[in-house]
Amino acid sequence: MSDVAIQVCELSKRYRLGQRQPYKTLREGLSRAASAPFRHARSALQRANGQPAGDRRKFIWALRDVSFEVKTGEVVGVIGRNGSGKSTLLKILSRITEPTEGYAEILGRMGSLLEVGTGFHPELTGRENILLNGAILGMSRKEVSRRFDEIIAFSEIGSFLDTPVKRYSSGMYVRLAFSVAAHLEPDILLVDEVLSVGDLQFQRKCLGRMRDVAGAGRTVLFVSHTMDSVRKLCDRSILLAGGQIVKIGDTDSVIASYLESIAEPHATSSWVRGPGDPWNQHKEFVPMELAVERDNGCSLSSAIGTSQRVWVKIAGEIRELRPNLVVGFALYDSNGTLLFESFQTDADECKWPRLKVGMNVLRTLLPTSLLNAGTYRVELISALHQMHWLVSPGTGPAVRFELARDLSESPYTGHDRRGALVPVLEWELLERSQRSSTVCRG
Amino acid sequence: MPRANQTTEIRSRNEAPLTVIRASRGWRFLDLDELWRYRELLFLLAWRDITVRYRQTVVGAAWAIIQPFFTMVVFSLFFGRLAKIPSEGVPYPIFSYTGLLPWTFFANGMNNVCNSLVGSGALVSKIYFPRLLIPMSAIMASAVDFALAFAVLVGMMLFYQIHLTWNVLFLLPFLLLALVAALGMGLWLAALNVEYRDVRYVVPFLTQLWMYATPVIYPSSLLHGPWRILLGLNPMTGVVEGFRWALLGTGSLPGVMFGAAVAAAAILLGTGILYFRRVERTCADVM
Repeated sequence: MSDVAIQVCELSKRYRLGQRQPYKTLREGLSRAASAPFRHARSALQRANGQPAGDRRKFIWALRDVSFEVKTGEVVGVIGRNGSGKSTLLKILSRITEPTEGYAEILGRMGSLLEVGTGFHPELTGRENILLNGAILGMSRKEVSRRFDEIIAFSEIGSFLDTPVKRYSSGMYVRLAFSVAAHLEPDILLVDEVLSVGDLQFQRKCLGRMRDVAGAGRTVLFVSHTMDSVRKLCDRSILLAGGQIVKIGDTDSVIASYLESIAEPHATSSWVRGPGDPWNQHKEFVPMELAVERDNGCSLSSAIGTSQRVWVKIAGEIRELRPNLVVGFALYDSNGTLLFESFQTDADECKWPRLKVGMNVLRTLLPTSLLNAGTYRVELISALHQMHWLVSPGTGPAVRFELARDLSESPYTGHDRRGALVPVLEWELLERSQRSSTVCRG
Repeated sequence: MPRANQTTEIRSRNEAPLTVIRASRGWRFLDLDELWRYRELLFLLAWRDITVRYRQTVVGAAWAIIQPFFTMVVFSLFFGRLAKIPSEGVPYPIFSYTGLLPWTFFANGMNNVCNSLVGSGALVSKIYFPRLLIPMSAIMASAVDFALAFAVLVGMMLFYQIHLTWNVLFLLPFLLLALVAALGMGLWLAALNVEYRDVRYVVPFLTQLWMYATPVIYPSSLLHGPWRILLGLNPMTGVVEGFRWALLGTGSLPGVMFGAAVAAAAILLGTGILYFRRVERTCADVM
């Protein structure tokens, strides 16, 4: 039976609003103290008159009644938006700040990583900073000297070990800082988003190291914004919102809840112009409708398979017809990456739809057979070609839709293919005679 | 059950330490156990402060010597020669330097401790360790400065051909008194500074006034009656007079007034620790 490593019971933390101001001055303090009797008199008078006493101090609860349990050896993720209380929770568990109510019990030696390079001083050399940082993180002199060589090797600092850290590039600084932290070996590790440092290669190395640390039977509480790392490292996760636990359980479902909660609330698969909508200052094109729909003209209500035909329909009013008017859309994936833009003038000129003054309704087929499963965003864009935007990217109306893959017959084209595109390409085997070593002239 | 006024309690269950975190109430004094466990970090922090200070300045280690030495030169010129302040039978330069030595330790120590907590804001908001380590390492750094300035004193004693007696052994308790006073005042100021950030600007002014209330420039025999008593309550008076007595043989071994000064310093340190520990709880929230 595994022990409970972290037990949190109704933990709450309250901040006074305004406590986060940079500083108070003695001058202010003294003048407040001097006027205190007058303020008391005033509020007493107010209460006597039945008015609520004006207490200007307001409170916010950064954490409220948070309770959970982490067993020894578990890796638990904590996710949530900024301000949801994740960092406050870690700060309390790291004993940096005290809870207002409730308690937590931690069984085992605890190490916390809220930042890399804590205590690093620019005047000291790399070697000296390793010693200092190690001690600050809780490692004894013996432990640090035992792991010294490993730390240096991991950081790839090389010959710069004995130069002052102020001469390091930011990349080296971060590598050294993380290297010391990565060799912490407590029973319980509390980690706060420190993995988002360094270049991609180093991040991968750090993730690998975190995995080793987590895998060695250590208990880890991991706070992060990167869903990818949380998914890769954590068995269970906790979703915090407004200082309270919204969901706790299996990582995938908790992440799904989180993504749902941050999705734009008004995004649907069709948009119709309403009174008060902008984009009507140009007479060359005024968008009236944008929709993603099936063959039969119905807008999408749920996920659609990639084998089905999906159309993008744009309706707009033209008051003054210009020959260089371009109307189209931009397609974004769920990470916000632009996949492509398409305009009605992309194909051969003879295939362009002939626009006229008045209401025009255009539509085009989305190449869904190329796209990977997921949520996509279609945003209307329009311009006068080589002149100026009428509806510029990022400002136009947008709609969402969801794709599910169901195209290929192959048993190997399964789910979770990486990449934004999943084209089903046909491969052929070259015969002996076809393989040639001819020199190509380019 | 953990006691109500303790934030954490370390127990052992199957060799793994159990930490209990809860809101603390009331006053706490010293947790010597915890301070002992973190002793390595204390020495490393002190070493860092000292190393960094001496690497950063152009004059380096010489600064610890330059400050009291040149102050002594200026005093000797203006107070010794021009104003002709009596110096109890010894040459004025050495008279003032034996006063300046512990005084500089006290003044700089108090100032460094005052700024230490806010200056370590980055550390305090990211990692846990007993916050008392910060002012303690600051005062240790000042002690190293004292040691360097003491070397100059030895040179001066040789120059003026002053012979040492066994009274020199009393230097240590007097130094300890100065440390207690500096740490005590420093803790109060450091804690106040967290809440009211302009406190640190008061310190130089406070130090200047305090110096005039201590017989550094003048001998205490210059004052009479009620002024003498006031002077006696100042712990640094006892330290300075004690230093002079131990090194130069001037004056006499401090008496009853000295006892009051020691008590004053002890109260300052005790209350300073209490107040500091109280502010410690919430300092991470305001830094």
